[in-house]
Amino acid sequence: MSAAASTPDLSVQSVMKSFAGHLAVDSLSFAVERGSFFSILGPSGCGKTTLLRMIAGFSEPDAGDIVIGGRSMRGVAPNRRPVNMVFQQLALFPMMTVGENVAFGLARRGVGKAERRRRSDAMLERVGLGGAGSKRVDQLSGGQRQRVAIARSLVLEPTLLLLDEPLGALDLKLREHMKIELKQLQAAFGTTFVYITHDQSEALVLSDRVAVMNHGRFEQLGTPQELYYEPATAFVAGFVGSNNRVSGRLRASDGEVAEIETSEGWTVRARKSCAMSAGDHVEAFVRPEVATLERDAALLPQNQARHVGVVQSLLFDGANSAVLLREDVTRLEFRVALPQTGRLADLKVGERVHFSFDAQRAICFPHAARK
Amino acid sequence: MNSRIWQRRLMLTLLLAPALLWLLSLIVLPHLQLAILSLRERIAPHVYEPSLAQYRTFFAEPLYWQVFVRTAFISVAATALTLLVAFPIAWVITKVARARASALLFVVCLIPFWVSETVRALGWLILLRQTGVLPALLVKLGLAAVPPELLYHDATILTGLVYTSLLFMVVPLVNSLESLDNSLVEAAYDLGAGGWAILRKIVIPHAAPGITAGCIVVFMLTLGNYLTPNLLGGKNSQWFTELIYSQFIVRFNWEQGAAFGFLLLGLSTAIVAVGLRLSGQRFVDVMRRS
Repeated sequence: MSAAASTPDLSVQSVMKSFAGHLAVDSLSFAVERGSFFSILGPSGCGKTTLLRMIAGFSEPDAGDIVIGGRSMRGVAPNRRPVNMVFQQLALFPMMTVGENVAFGLARRGVGKAERRRRSDAMLERVGLGGAGSKRVDQLSGGQRQRVAIARSLVLEPTLLLLDEPLGALDLKLREHMKIELKQLQAAFGTTFVYITHDQSEALVLSDRVAVMNHGRFEQLGTPQELYYEPATAFVAGFVGSNNRVSGRLRASDGEVAEIETSEGWTVRARKSCAMSAGDHVEAFVRPEVATLERDAALLPQNQARHVGVVQSLLFDGANSAVLLREDVTRLEFRVALPQTGRLADLKVGERVHFSFDAQRAICFPHAARK
Repeated sequence: MNSRIWQRRLMLTLLLAPALLWLLSLIVLPHLQLAILSLRERIAPHVYEPSLAQYRTFFAEPLYWQVFVRTAFISVAATALTLLVAFPIAWVITKVARARASALLFVVCLIPFWVSETVRALGWLILLRQTGVLPALLVKLGLAAVPPELLYHDATILTGLVYTSLLFMVVPLVNSLESLDNSLVEAAYDLGAGGWAILRKIVIPHAAPGITAGCIVVFMLTLGNYLTPNLLGGKNSQWFTELIYSQFIVRFNWEQGAAFGFLLLGLSTAIVAVGLRLSGQRFVDVMRRS
């Protein structure tokens, strides 16, 4: 590996930004490898847009530095950065044709008219919009506009492409389709993508690495698999994928498995995420697909604690079908995935069922608020 | 079914009636009368015959058409100057200032219009006349030995006209700039454009209908203005509306005045048409979009 390839395309170093006393980005540091798809996932107001705008150059960090392609970006204006951005509402220029939109950046760099034309046509061809150059922007469909917005940025061959929730405005079907298309585009161009979103499924499907952001900090940075199977904090466990949350006090520990008792007296077992002692307030997370459901308690795995619940509603969604139970002791809602074989598809609302889960695959954290 | 269509037609007619009545009685009828007046010649007391004599006089007498051309030029200049002054103001109101400050700025632009144009023009007189505030200040600062006469120059007329027209340019500009999505400006900046390129490629094309509407309104107001050129320019102002006034009121030559009126109408229509053609816009679009 050459030296150039090993320097990260983006390196954010202790970056801080506050607005009127509110800390939007709190001394963040991370690096994004060349050619990777990096996502920042977080709820609205977590500071991800602020971070992206600082990388693009629309605002300056209060402290820290942003290094792109090995060059510090302090005092470098957005139009001089090797970075381009795909805006949330795409921000295509309505006063220009599709071709003029794509050629806009080239024209600003002083590329000649014929060459501009050639390059923008070639880029439109690559994103599957060959021959659309003379169309008006409002003649395109949502997905096509998306591709024009990406083409307009990629034609400038940026070191880094920033994407600010570009799928947010699309309807569900198109969003699913564009997700795949974005991933393929990124693979084809090999450009480093930094993508921000509040949609965990977008982040998991698209990214090589994901940072989960909350209150201006990264809760966890890792591969989608790590975030899903090894959440580092209660926030990540609750935000990424669906999860059942049970809070209570730690009663006893059996090696790395904790026994947690809720205030109503229900006991569940879950793996400890860190050292905890008896009496601590903790939160356990159990994924719906980790739990097993049976009408007959005897059919549940022998070594797992058994629980009882009443079917409250059936959530049929093909392969993602689940039932919502009301746990007997606590009256807590508990979501359990239905087997994909179609067994138990005849469950009725109001039926009493038994469920259990592997304590090793459930995880507990110190209670965030009462740490 | 038929009766419902009739009902709707009746409703529409009733709703439009005041506007139509207004147009007919105050615009169309007087103009018809003026048209007839301008196309006749008095050959003896109470004896008239159709003729183009009034229009012939206009072209034969250099003073008349020179004042006519001069009025057109100064009006175009005043319109351009108003646009240059109003654009930054509208930009600050819509894009720079926060909500409260921008409302305040808008009110500041509006306040002078609570005072009648006459009083405002007289205010300029107080400021600019030889014994006025500004000349005295210039002497005090040592910039002039004797108080200079600042009134009765073309520049003074131009200043007064820009001041009078400013609001009529700011309002359509604010409207059209408000609808400009900030992310378009940011996107252009992100794609490598500097301030000038953003203005030329994004802002002006977007605001074009507003700019055109503002220019049309200001140009027409300026061309037809009587008070400001007369008060600030005095006898030197040589404004075409003054010629019309003197034909009607001083000379009692209504035929000539009516002809001048029609020439002014033709002039403003022609210049607006040329302006629209040059900027590649259509009148209907401009009026609808701004």
